[in-house]
Amino acid sequence: MSTQPYRREGVTGRVLRFRFDGRDLEGLAGDTLASALLAGGVRAVATSVRLGRPRGVYAAGCEEPNAVVQIEEPFPEPMLTATTVELYDGLVATGLAGRGRLADRPDPARYDAVHAHCDVLVVGAGPAGIAAARVAARAGARVILADERPEPGGSLLGTTETVDGGPGRAWAAAEVDALAALPETRVLRRTTVIGHYDDNYIVAVERRTNHLGAAAPPGVARERVWRIRAKRVVLATGGHERFVAFAGNDLPGVMLAGAARTYVNQYGVLPGRRAVVFTTNDTAYAAALDLADAGIEIAAVADVRREPGRMWAARCAERGIEVLTGHVVTAAKGEGEVTGAEIAPRTGGRAREVAADLLLVSGGWTPVVHLFSQAGGTLRYDEGLGAFTPGETRQAAEAAGFAAGVTTLRACLADGAEAGRRALAALGFGAPGVTVPVVEEEPAAAPAEHLWLVESGDYGTHFVDLQRDVTVAEVLRATGAGLTSVEHVKRYTTAGTAHDQGKTSGQLTGGVVAHALGVDVAALGTTTFRAPYTPVSFAALAGRDRGPLHDPVRTTPMHEWHVARGALFENVGQWKRPWYYPGLGEDPGEDMEDAVLRECAAVREGAGAMDASTLGKIDVVGPDAGVFLDRLYTNMMSTLKVGSIRYGVMCRPDGMVFDDGTAIRLADDHYLVTTTTGNAAAVLDWMEEWLQTEWPDLRVRCTSVTEQWATVALAGPRSREVLAALAPGLAVGKDDFPFMTWRDAEVAGIDARVCRISFSGELAYEINVSSWHGLALWEAVMASGEVTPYGTETMHVLRAEKGYPIVGQDTDGTVTPQDLGMEWIVSKKKADFVGRRSYARADTSRPDRRHLVGLLPEDPGVLLPEGAHLVSVSAAASVPSSVASAALPAVPPVLPVPALGFVTSSYRSAALGRTFALALVSGGRGRVGERLYAPVGDDLVPVTVTSHVLYDPEGARRDG
Amino acid sequence: MLLIACPWCGPRDEAEFHYGGQAHVAHPDDPAALSDEEWARYLFFRDNPKGLFAERWSHAAGCRRWFNAVRDTATNEIHAVYRVGEPRPVNS
Ligand SMILES: [Zn+2]
Repeated sequence: MSTQPYRREGVTGRVLRFRFDGRDLEGLAGDTLASALLAGGVRAVATSVRLGRPRGVYAAGCEEPNAVVQIEEPFPEPMLTATTVELYDGLVATGLAGRGRLADRPDPARYDAVHAHCDVLVVGAGPAGIAAARVAARAGARVILADERPEPGGSLLGTTETVDGGPGRAWAAAEVDALAALPETRVLRRTTVIGHYDDNYIVAVERRTNHLGAAAPPGVARERVWRIRAKRVVLATGGHERFVAFAGNDLPGVMLAGAARTYVNQYGVLPGRRAVVFTTNDTAYAAALDLADAGIEIAAVADVRREPGRMWAARCAERGIEVLTGHVVTAAKGEGEVTGAEIAPRTGGRAREVAADLLLVSGGWTPVVHLFSQAGGTLRYDEGLGAFTPGETRQAAEAAGFAAGVTTLRACLADGAEAGRRALAALGFGAPGVTVPVVEEEPAAAPAEHLWLVESGDYGTHFVDLQRDVTVAEVLRATGAGLTSVEHVKRYTTAGTAHDQGKTSGQLTGGVVAHALGVDVAALGTTTFRAPYTPVSFAALAGRDRGPLHDPVRTTPMHEWHVARGALFENVGQWKRPWYYPGLGEDPGEDMEDAVLRECAAVREGAGAMDASTLGKIDVVGPDAGVFLDRLYTNMMSTLKVGSIRYGVMCRPDGMVFDDGTAIRLADDHYLVTTTTGNAAAVLDWMEEWLQTEWPDLRVRCTSVTEQWATVALAGPRSREVLAALAPGLAVGKDDFPFMTWRDAEVAGIDARVCRISFSGELAYEINVSSWHGLALWEAVMASGEVTPYGTETMHVLRAEKGYPIVGQDTDGTVTPQDLGMEWIVSKKKADFVGRRSYARADTSRPDRRHLVGLLPEDPGVLLPEGAHLVSVSAAASVPSSVASAALPAVPPVLPVPALGFVTSSYRSAALGRTFALALVSGGRGRVGERLYAPVGDDLVPVTVTSHVLYDPEGARRDG
Repeated sequence: MLLIACPWCGPRDEAEFHYGGQAHVAHPDDPAALSDEEWARYLFFRDNPKGLFAERWSHAAGCRRWFNAVRDTATNEIHAVYRVGEPRPVNS
């Protein structure tokens, strides 16, 4: 027995072997998975998502609502439509029930992106699209013609229509080949335009090697995303046939009439042996006749109209095909697949069952207006089509051909050519003399009748959305519940929300809703069309931006040293910063906790060094630099002496802390300010914004110099002697080189700027050198043998012990300097600075504002989680007694429990010999000594509020 | 994605720009002279029209200049762009 029993006689080609649902099957080159399955007689391809009903191939393109498959080999890919998967040797696929499985291994394929510009972008290489493109291209315009299928021709592929005296399919192929040969024209095959955005920004996905399976060449990107900016867009996107809601209209064997015609003509496949046709319009007759010519018996045509097109009736009579006018199919009959159709007069009366294994249905055609609508175009209802067509748009775009509601081939070719001419005129090109293709005169079609559903007492299997298993019964439940908008019905029933986004069902759903509500389909409108037009893989959208290319990685000049010493890294913005160095002590197997305690102790007792190169650095230069910084920082910067350094805080106009850092005065007209690592770009943006938009009169220029400098923070009581050994020419004495000053010096033979600043409370220096020499400096510091490298975790612990906040960790955009206990940094002398006025607002002086405080867990071994909430005694009492916790007072519960604040930083301290935390607590400074509770899991952890400065509050260690 | 005509560089993709909210909200010359309500209006109150809206943009990934644009918030159509310090064009 033939492996392709439903292959049309005489059709041959290269045989391809594939496997579906465990069955070995064969198809021919040029098949889709759907056409090959039909050729093999496979009727049930997938299972419905909610009801578990068998489903077969319903359509022949991306509008397919039923035949959703998973590719298993060569690489797993979920939720593809069998109608758009090109067959290849070795394909292994399975049918799905509405839900796929992601691959459990990395995708070996490459994905890429292309940016392009053009004069005219034509979407769709059907008759109208080709006609538009050839006019535009012959005039010399830069044209891109994109089509989702492997072969151009659009509707011509599935019909027997002729153009210029030959088969339409051959005409399309020759025309598009000719276009592709033009130097300024680009033809994108297998390319779906998925989005049409503002100002004619177009996103398309090109599938380059998907159809080759395992034979795909490794050097070629599998898919490419095209991002195209077009001066003019012609949307020749064609139409989708819709079906009618009748009982059992989801049975395998029920198929859109136009799809069946395509399977016969394009793929040489017979979708059945004996068909019943159910139609509301003339187009299904052409399908019936093509099927009859291919040897499929047409058992009957049920036409809901009294008056079908005369020519069609005559042609059916010639072939002895029975046409039942004024009839409807009331039900598809069969168990698991169609074995017959129940036909009855529309006005009621006796039904009869006609045996058939194929039930073709045409409820009319809906223009593909998705892209037009996505880009903001309005839609208007076309009575003749029973569907919405493009109205007005503000984009330089227009629809052409059937997408614009034009119905005949001849008219579509003319309309496309006109659209091309209009695009040329808008762009100022002269119109070329292009001959119009010759097409046979077509008889006028008889008007269609818009039947949405076949009335019945039971709407339980009258499906409107096959993929979502939504029936007329559910639509009626929605309208019965009072929903009167298609948008609401969509959300209530999920109709139109599947992978196909309602391509075949959207208009039908609207029609059924209108019918149920007794309103005009035109007045009801459509749901909103949104990109993407068809599903897109995340891999395609990601393109090359994966793995190490996902985001830029910034490393310091000393990075390789840290890597070689086994440092673990913390991501701070795009920077990789050494987090801690496990195993550099006596215990090579130490964990993070031990490593950090060791590093902390080294800095407090000896000397440590940290790579601080990532700190943001901005050169602020110009005669008004001091005035400028006075306006941005809360404290005075213009009075800073050359050679000195000042800590500063920057706030937003609302008075909340935005960033902090130091300002170094290098010359009268030159400061270097530092920012937090993560905020460097934001601070530069902030400075430029104020200079450009508010103070353009200030003569100041700001330049990022973060990468130009490498910085080593050298900290600890022994740091002075280490520096002295490295910089013999530098007077390092306490009085020669006081706190918050800087000196130019040679350090380890390298020109350096040494700053005496400290972020740990210890005697400390920051040594800055040109980034070229960063590694040499670091290695020289380490070669002293006296210095322990430490990472950001230790830095965080040391600064927290001193109560120094980290902007963005201990602050969150709702915290003032006063909240942080830094009243002293807010100038009383300056007339104004950004944020000053806000400190006179009632809100910023509320006594219950959250203050930065320290917390000591009563159990010195308990480490509070950062982010833990804090509640007070009476609040804690409200917790049920089943909660195990330290002695709680027996006060009646008061609900709800007010949160007083939360933990912002929490560490183990080597210096304190215990855990501690920083927290923002309502009225915190007035609560020092008070016991609060942190609910952690099922426990209430008692903590005592303290000053935020827990180590060396006198500052005795600063000078070593 | 919008195509925004930077007054210094010409039309560029929206991705190159940074949005800056309503235009012509100047920092008050003497904040101390303002009432709490007036200061709060400066800090927190912004227009949100359906239709033409003068707003600030910065060509962050280009010339890094701030400028103003009049955009129709309903259609995204940009009716005018103009440099900082220039008045909002009439009829836009
Ligand atoms: Zn610019």
